[in-house]
Amino acid sequence: MTEARASRSERAGNDSAEGPASDDRHPLFIPLVLVGGLLFGFGLGFSHMARPEVVLDFLQFEDLGLLFVMFGGSALVGVTYFLAPRLFDRAPLTGDAFERRLKSFDRNVLIGGAIFGVGWGLSGICPGAAYASLGVGNVTILWAIAGMFAGAYLQGYWRR
Amino acid sequence: MVIDPVALQAAADLFPNGISRYAVGGLLVGLGVTVIYLGTGISAGASTFLESTLSYVSGQSRFQRYVSSRDWRLVFTAGIVLGAAAFAVTFQSGVVSSPLYRPGTTGHLYEVGGVTLWTTGVQPWRLLVGGLFVGVGTRIGKGCTSGHGICGVGSASKTSIVGVLTFLVVAVVTAQLVAALGVSP
Repeated sequence: MTEARASRSERAGNDSAEGPASDDRHPLFIPLVLVGGLLFGFGLGFSHMARPEVVLDFLQFEDLGLLFVMFGGSALVGVTYFLAPRLFDRAPLTGDAFERRLKSFDRNVLIGGAIFGVGWGLSGICPGAAYASLGVGNVTILWAIAGMFAGAYLQGYWRR
Repeated sequence: MVIDPVALQAAADLFPNGISRYAVGGLLVGLGVTVIYLGTGISAGASTFLESTLSYVSGQSRFQRYVSSRDWRLVFTAGIVLGAAAFAVTFQSGVVSSPLYRPGTTGHLYEVGGVTLWTTGVQPWRLLVGGLFVGVGTRIGKGCTSGHGICGVGSASKTSIVGVLTFLVVAVVTAQLVAALGVSP
């Protein structure tokens, strides 16, 4: 599987990456997504990555612990991506093949990444951590969530 | 073997809160992604939720691409909020403790109905303007800290590794500049 192939399926609007439509889903599809979200959010709370101050401390080299969140998470997921297609034929709830998450490379990855970097460095928030921050009681994060939606809307307006 | 105490102290200075809460938290984040992937084959990222949710209120073609996934992305995000809330009523409130968990001293704690909640001291303008850049950047750049950082790096995707290095380096420079200008917190 090459990244070029991934980019072709993406251009063709590959639905499998998005999951099945709501009318032909396995009854456990939504409950499983909820369980995954719960673990994801609990982990962001536990690691304190849901606290913008902790992210800013990391970016200022005052506490590098956050490296272990990304390494720990991606290492486990890396093992999963490696083993799942070798141990199982297809995903039980969708019938989809186990594919890696590969996106085509172009200059947008650099431009968008740099814009995201400015936002992350200025505020200490990223999307998943912002939702989790709301869960730990951080109502002030609604400013960031409002900003993210406004930003996502603006890029959709410019790029349509 | 003798470990140089100066080198050991220098390493400890880089991790003033230890590493266990970070490592355990990261593994739980990865476990959430793993559960969804093993069941469905889907690589769940957090930032597509922004566009998929906008498809409920905007007819822009850019957002309509995500109509088929917008409901489960809503459930995934609700799960993230509720999972963090479960952390708040247990570890953050002190009801459950573990040697692997070290509480922090950032921001402000407050109580609602016996639950210890936390709020940030980072100024609202930083959150709003930063959020705006995050919203634009993650969507143009095809992913965020979870999509590129966890799923993409876990996939050994060159695109994602380049994406992560780009936003990490720019974020470090930005955060250092902002701090140097005296903005705190």
